[in-house]
Amino acid sequence: MAGKKTASRVSRRATASQPRTSVFVSPYPAGSLLSITHLSLDDISGILAAATELEAASPRERATLLEGRKVALLFYESSTRTRTSFELAAKSLGVVTTLVSDKSSSIEKGESLKDTGITLRALGAECIILRHVSSGAPWLLAQSTGLPVLNAGDGMHEHPSQALLDLRTMLARLRLAPVARSTAGISKATLRGITVLITGDILHSRVARSNALLLPRLGARVIFCGPPELLPEHAVSIGPGVTIERDFDKALAQADVVMMLRIQNERLAGLKLNLADYIDNYQLTVDRLTLYAPNAVVLHPGPINRGLEISSEAADGPQSMIAEQVRHGVAIRMALLVRALQGINIAGGTL
Amino acid sequence: MSTKPMVIRGGRLIDPATGTDAQRDLLLRDGVVVAVEKPGQLAKVQAATVVDASGLVVAPGLVDIHVHLREPGQDYKETIATGTAAAAAGGFTSVCCMPNTVPVNDTPEITRWMLASERKAVVNVFPIGAATVGSMGEKLTNYDKLRDAGAIGVSDDGKPILGDDIMHQTLIAAAKAGLPVIQHAEDTRLTGGCSMNAGPVAFRLGLRGMTVEAEARIVERDIKLIREIVARDRHVRPHLHVAHLSTSRALEAVKQARKEGLHVTCEVAPHHFTLTDEAIGDYDTHHKMNPPLRAEIDREAMIAGLLDGSIDAIATDHAPHAAHEKQVEFERAANGITGLETALGLTLRLLHRKHGMKLDRIIHLLALGPAQVLNMHGRGALATGAAADVVLFDPGTDWVFHASESRSRSKNTPFDGWSLPGRIALTIRNGHIVYRR
Repeated sequence: MAGKKTASRVSRRATASQPRTSVFVSPYPAGSLLSITHLSLDDISGILAAATELEAASPRERATLLEGRKVALLFYESSTRTRTSFELAAKSLGVVTTLVSDKSSSIEKGESLKDTGITLRALGAECIILRHVSSGAPWLLAQSTGLPVLNAGDGMHEHPSQALLDLRTMLARLRLAPVARSTAGISKATLRGITVLITGDILHSRVARSNALLLPRLGARVIFCGPPELLPEHAVSIGPGVTIERDFDKALAQADVVMMLRIQNERLAGLKLNLADYIDNYQLTVDRLTLYAPNAVVLHPGPINRGLEISSEAADGPQSMIAEQVRHGVAIRMALLVRALQGINIAGGTL
Repeated sequence: MSTKPMVIRGGRLIDPATGTDAQRDLLLRDGVVVAVEKPGQLAKVQAATVVDASGLVVAPGLVDIHVHLREPGQDYKETIATGTAAAAAGGFTSVCCMPNTVPVNDTPEITRWMLASERKAVVNVFPIGAATVGSMGEKLTNYDKLRDAGAIGVSDDGKPILGDDIMHQTLIAAAKAGLPVIQHAEDTRLTGGCSMNAGPVAFRLGLRGMTVEAEARIVERDIKLIREIVARDRHVRPHLHVAHLSTSRALEAVKQARKEGLHVTCEVAPHHFTLTDEAIGDYDTHHKMNPPLRAEIDREAMIAGLLDGSIDAIATDHAPHAAHEKQVEFERAANGITGLETALGLTLRLLHRKHGMKLDRIIHLLALGPAQVLNMHGRGALATGAAADVVLFDPGTDWVFHASESRSRSKNTPFDGWSLPGRIALTIRNGHIVYRR
C-alpha cells in the first residue's frame, strides 16, 4: 500500500532536476471520478451517451441494472441538489444506498476519513460518493479504500459531475451535439466558437474550476468575471482557453452561456465584501441580459441567492436553464454510477 | 580518561575553516583533532583504529541548526536517540533541537533533561530554548538560565514571535544574554487556514495559500526592530537568525540588513532549493511543510543566495511525524518532513552537480557556516584543537535513499526512492564512530 502510493508520487513529482515521467497512469481505482481532468474526451462521450440511454430506458429496465449493488454517500458538507441527485440516480438503478454524514456519525467522534472509508468498505460499499469540505479529500479516500470514488465536490477544488451536467445542459440547449446515442461523441471542436462566461466567486468555486478545466478541451472559450477579491489574476493559469474580463457588461456581450456563481459566505474566511457594490457590478438582471446577451443560456449550479448574484426575474426567465441543469444531473449521475460499478464502453452501451 | 587515538588515512580533507582541500591524514585523540598531516607522516602513530579513507572526502562533521527531536512528549514521532541516529547516518555530528516539544523547552530543567546521558544521543545535541513561556508569545523566558543550562539560542519555532513589543523585548534580552533569536517568520494573521504557497498551484488545487508577504513582513519587521534598538543604544547588538527562509523577498530584506551592518543571518532548507509547490501533485502530504514549497522564482532565489554567499547555512528543519498524522486531508495534515539523511545528498545534487558549487563551499554551508551562526566553537572545522567530529563520504557514487531504511522513527519524506550523490561512509563524533555504512 505504502509502496504503491510512493510509486505514484514518484512518477508525478515536479522538481528542478528530477525528470517528469511522461506517461501518467492513474493510480486510482477504475470507475473513480476524482477530477474532470482524469476523463478523456472519449470517456466523456461514453458518459454522455450512457446518460441519454439511461434516461430513455423504462424505469423497470433501469431498476435491474445495478440491482442490489451497494453505494455509500459520504457527506461532510450539507447538500440538497448533489446528494438527492446522486441518491435518486442510484435508487433508480436498483442500487442500495446508505447516507453517512459528518453529523450523527462516528465522524463526530473524530473518526478519520481513512477509517470511515475502510469501515464503509467493510460494510460492503462498492463505491463511495464523497462530498467533503477539504480539497483533495477524494484522493485520500480512493487511496485508503481502493474503491471507486465519485467526487461530489471537494472543498474549493472540483465538482466534476457538475461540470458534466453543465456540459450536457449546454449541448442540449445549443443543439450542438449529442444527447442521443446514435450521434457521434464530443470532440475538441464541439464547442468551437462558444464563449462561456463564469461570473462571481471564482476563488472559492469548485464548479468554476471543473468547468474551466473541461470546456476549453471541447473548443470553448471561458471568461472568468468578478472582483479581484473573488478572482485573483493567477486564476487564468488554471489552463488554456481561460481569460479574465472584469467588466461584467463587456463579458456578457461576448457570452453564449452565462454561468452565475453564488457568493460562498461559508468560505470567505474573514474577507469583507461590499454587497451593494457587488450587486451593482455583477448581478445578472433581465436588463443586462436584454441589453448584452439576449440569446445567452443562463446557468447556475445552485443554491441561488436571489437578489444577490442573480435577480429573481433573471433566474426564472426564459433564458434560464437552472431547473434543466438539475434534471441533467440525475442522468449524468446514473451514468457515473454505471461506470463506477459496471463500466461503460465508449459508445455508451450500458443496457 | 584518555582514549586510544584514531588515524584517518588516505582521504581528501576538505576543511573550509583552514581553506584546506588536499590529501591529508588526521589524528584524533581525546575527542579532539590532534594532528593534520600530509600523507605518510602519521605512519608511525600507534593507533587503536586506523580508518582507510582512500577515495573518500574527509570533512568536519555536519552541523544542523534546525531539527525537531520531539522529546520530551512526542516519542511516537521521534526520540533524541532515534533522531540523533538519523543525524549520524546523514553525516551530522551536531544538531540544534527546537523547543516545540511537549512540554515546551522553556526552562533550564527541560534543557538539562534533553542533554542528560539517559537520552542516549549519538551526536552532539544543542537545545534551543523557547523565547517565550510556553512559546505563547507573551512573557519572556529566563535567557541567562536557559543559556547556563546549555541552550544556544532562543526561538518559538513553529510559531512566530508576533507582537512588536514582545519581539523588541526578546531581541534586547537575548542580546544581553549573548544568544541569537531564531525567528520562524510567518505573519499568522495572514495565513489562517492556509496549507501551501499562494499562487497558481494553490488556485488549481483549491487550497488557501500563504503569501510571500506573510514571511517577508515578519523578517522586515524584525529588522526594523533591530535597527531601532541599535540606533538607541549602539552597545546592544541583537542577532536575528531567520529560520528556514523560503522567499526571495525575505532574502532581499536580510541582504539589505547586512549592508547596514546589522547582525542578521539566515538558513535555507534543502527542500526549499530542491522542490517547488508543483511537487504537491495530487495532495501529497509528504510535500506539506511550513514554510511551504514555493514557486520556481523563489526556489531559484534560494539557489542564487546559496551560490553568492548571502545565505549562511543549510538547515534541514527535520520534522518527523507519524503516518497517521500525514494520511489525512491535506489541509489537516501535520506540517513538516524528515531531512537529516537526505540533506548532504540533496545539497550535492543541486548545488554541486547542477550548479557547480565547489565541495569546500558545500561543506561550509553544512558545517562551518551553521556552527558560526550559533557560535558553536570548535564545531564545523577540522584544524588541530577542533572537536573530533568527522564525516567521510563518497561524492562520486550515487545511492538510493529508501525511507523504510531511515533511522528516524518517522518516514515522512518526499525523497523516498531518490537517487542522491554522496553516500556517507563513516561518521565520527568526539573521536568515536557513531555511524558506519
